[in-house]
Amino acid sequence: MENKLINITLKIWRQRSPKAKGAFETYKLDGISVDSSFLEMLDMLNEQLLESGKEPIVFDHDCREGICGMCSLYINGHPHGPDEDITTCQLHMRKFKDGDTITIEPWRSHGFPIIRDLMVDRTAFDKIMQAGGYISVNTGGSAEANGILIPKEIADEAMDSASCIGCGACVAACKNGSAMLFVSAKVSQLALLPQGKAEAARRAKAMVAKMDELGFGNCSNTGACEAECPKNISITNIARLNREFLSAKFKD
Amino acid sequence: MTTNKEINKIDAKVPQGPLAEKWTEYKAHQKLVNPANKRRLDIIVVGTGLAGASAAASLGELGFNVKNFCIQDSPRRAHSIAAQGGINAAKNYQNDGDSVYRLFYDTIKGGDYRSRESNVYRLAEVSNNIIDQCVAQGVPFAREYGGSLANRSFGGAQVSRTFYAKGQTGQQLLLGAYSALSRQVHKGGVKLYTRYEMEDLVIIDGKARGIIARNLVTGKIERFSAHAVVIATGGYGRSFFLSTNAMSSNCSAAMQIYRKGAYIANPCFVQIHPTCIPKHGENQSKLTLMSESLRNDGRIWVPKKKEDAEAIRAGKLKPTQIKEDDRDYYLERRYPAFGNLVPRDVASRAAKERCDAGFGVAPSGLGVFLDFAEPITRLGRNVVEARYGNLFQMYYKIVDENPYETPMIIYPAIHYTMGGIWVDYELQTSIQGCFCIGEANFSDHGANRLGASALMQGLADGYFVLPYTIQNYLASEISTPRFSTDLPEFEEAEHGVKNRVEKLINIHGKSSVDSIHKELGNVLWEYVGMGRTKESLEKGLEEIKQIKEKFQSDVLIPGDYNDMNTELEKALRLADFIEEAELMARDALLREESCGGHFREEFQTPDGEALRNDEKFSYVSCWKYMGEDQEPELFKENLNYEFTKVQQRNYK
Repeated sequence: MENKLINITLKIWRQRSPKAKGAFETYKLDGISVDSSFLEMLDMLNEQLLESGKEPIVFDHDCREGICGMCSLYINGHPHGPDEDITTCQLHMRKFKDGDTITIEPWRSHGFPIIRDLMVDRTAFDKIMQAGGYISVNTGGSAEANGILIPKEIADEAMDSASCIGCGACVAACKNGSAMLFVSAKVSQLALLPQGKAEAARRAKAMVAKMDELGFGNCSNTGACEAECPKNISITNIARLNREFLSAKFKD
Repeated sequence: MTTNKEINKIDAKVPQGPLAEKWTEYKAHQKLVNPANKRRLDIIVVGTGLAGASAAASLGELGFNVKNFCIQDSPRRAHSIAAQGGINAAKNYQNDGDSVYRLFYDTIKGGDYRSRESNVYRLAEVSNNIIDQCVAQGVPFAREYGGSLANRSFGGAQVSRTFYAKGQTGQQLLLGAYSALSRQVHKGGVKLYTRYEMEDLVIIDGKARGIIARNLVTGKIERFSAHAVVIATGGYGRSFFLSTNAMSSNCSAAMQIYRKGAYIANPCFVQIHPTCIPKHGENQSKLTLMSESLRNDGRIWVPKKKEDAEAIRAGKLKPTQIKEDDRDYYLERRYPAFGNLVPRDVASRAAKERCDAGFGVAPSGLGVFLDFAEPITRLGRNVVEARYGNLFQMYYKIVDENPYETPMIIYPAIHYTMGGIWVDYELQTSIQGCFCIGEANFSDHGANRLGASALMQGLADGYFVLPYTIQNYLASEISTPRFSTDLPEFEEAEHGVKNRVEKLINIHGKSSVDSIHKELGNVLWEYVGMGRTKESLEKGLEEIKQIKEKFQSDVLIPGDYNDMNTELEKALRLADFIEEAELMARDALLREESCGGHFREEFQTPDGEALRNDEKFSYVSCWKYMGEDQEPELFKENLNYEFTKVQQRNYK
């Protein structure tokens, strides 16, 4: 670890409420350790704003270790910033240079209305999950766990799909604001596993219908979602979802 | 302080009979609520982590009307999501001698004989159901080539009983519970309240009947009624400011019910996890855990020679340049039977001991190596990558060093709190109708929790214990109609919350919430941390008092209270952290022994191990709130070990 300090300029989107008109504001921030995380840098800026009697910038964050999916931010044109395979909270200031100007915006998508500043409303994702993102099983009375043998490759593949953290970067990255990567990851995980096969068709249809209803756009296979996904969720999931969806429709 | 008042003994309502039959007997004779009546009963569940989400989903499935609250934007964000390593169960799939009794025994021993036998046995008993349940939900646990479930080892056990999903077990289990919860939301049995924070408990005629909560988006303070209230809001580790907990993790719901009459038990039992990434500087906001599973293969060491350690700290020597003979694998040296897999408290203290003696390797002197060179040679890089790849990547992104090439540097950090709200066998607090589950309660881990047991307990409480025990209470509430939130008790509670909020916002001081919180954290780490003494704790109490005064006179909160206000949210939580900190220090001062995570330097064996005093301290200390600026009163739940032989823990 080095102990270098850098000075930067920040252009940050500020917006009072969902309907209010937003605008970029410019801030200067000095003496940031390159070992700080990006969100620690924002903490510093907020302390500076507090000292000068201003209201701090609102942004979502929680676990700060890349797993809860709460943090977002569109940094210099990329969801979760310029570094690969990580969330904003795992981004570190060593990825920036002294004197850089950094632009920070919220997720911008029809499906995720802005609440304040950089905070957006992602409850649409919960609603899609509620429409069918589960295996219909009650607590209790489940079969002995080793009674279902699942080949390692299948379990590993399901695990890769299940790694989605629901942050919404895929939607933010998509020019159509499509939620297909998010939906397909859950559909794939459950369709791959024998436990989830029974209602795979119903699940795919219900989740896609809800996604459409909530105003997410169509997928046009540009692959931007996969490129920006902090968890490397593959677009092969979308292909699998399309298969599930078509076979469900075919059966209708 | 009213210590040693023998009349202040507490009854935990543990069923009679042999240990292995208590739970079966309880279930056979408890009261149940029939389906028609379930529809008439409302339950509030606060929190959507493993305990909260599994409870809300299961209660919804049973037919109760559930209102489920969380402070994040979605139930899936709860901090259970960050648990990495795994979940224990007594399946004995490895044929290595595991059993319900052995899991029970390891947990009791791991907790340094300060937990309740009956609860721990029940936990071990239902552990196997959890794995079955999660598999049925589609949790993608790791598997062997033959398709059966895989296991790995965790600290404090000599068997492999930990089930895992890469290094993201908490995530997968929480998403399982979240999916069950989502299904109930869809069916209408559960209503979700996201971005809401509980601000007070409402009690009517001595029974918990609702909560006051603040809508974090609008700032509006709202009232919610129910026939029972379940608190599942996690631990108080973030009192220390720096911890592995999430930024919003807090103990406010617990402190609210404490002020309304729920006891807080064993607050001094705090877990310091041995393998975390060390602090980088003063602007650090939180610490990152490196899973205990790494100790399956990784070897922990420091240089044998002080001059080598000094050279490493100064950047003049690389760890890979130190010869095998010049390395001190101190855990393997001190604890040959368990080696690198000793329990967390033991591993943490051993790291501190080496660093205090001048052998630390981080630039600050506070760090030890966790080395994978040997397993990479033995198993190949591919195998190591398959097992720990995501953890290695996490380390690399934070520290900018490649753990495949150079050892990780780790140091202990606050991770979990074994202490918490006191509950009886039914998980009911000392307030009727108010239950507490998961990390928020004190019940199963004694003075130290074993790895992979937090997930087990959260899900045991939520899926398999509370859905039964809460019915024993609700059965006598079936003729109680739904409450109006216009009742004077709601009015009064809401008024109290508004007063508290207004008072805070009107201080108009100069110190930011975070700056005061950091001061509190430093004091706790310094005086109420890994090594405690009478003097340090007295000093700590004095300093906490000053921090409290500073907070009450000088905190700065901009903006309005009837609007979104993130600084106000943090301030309300900090007020409760300060109060919890005081209890923690007070409890640690009272407990003149060392056990588990509580290490009083005055009480140790000649070779530096924790020295318990069973004669005087084989009890749960339960603190009762007596009013603002009053000393809390101490009650005791005596711990009687009927089924295990109490001995000094030995991992040698």
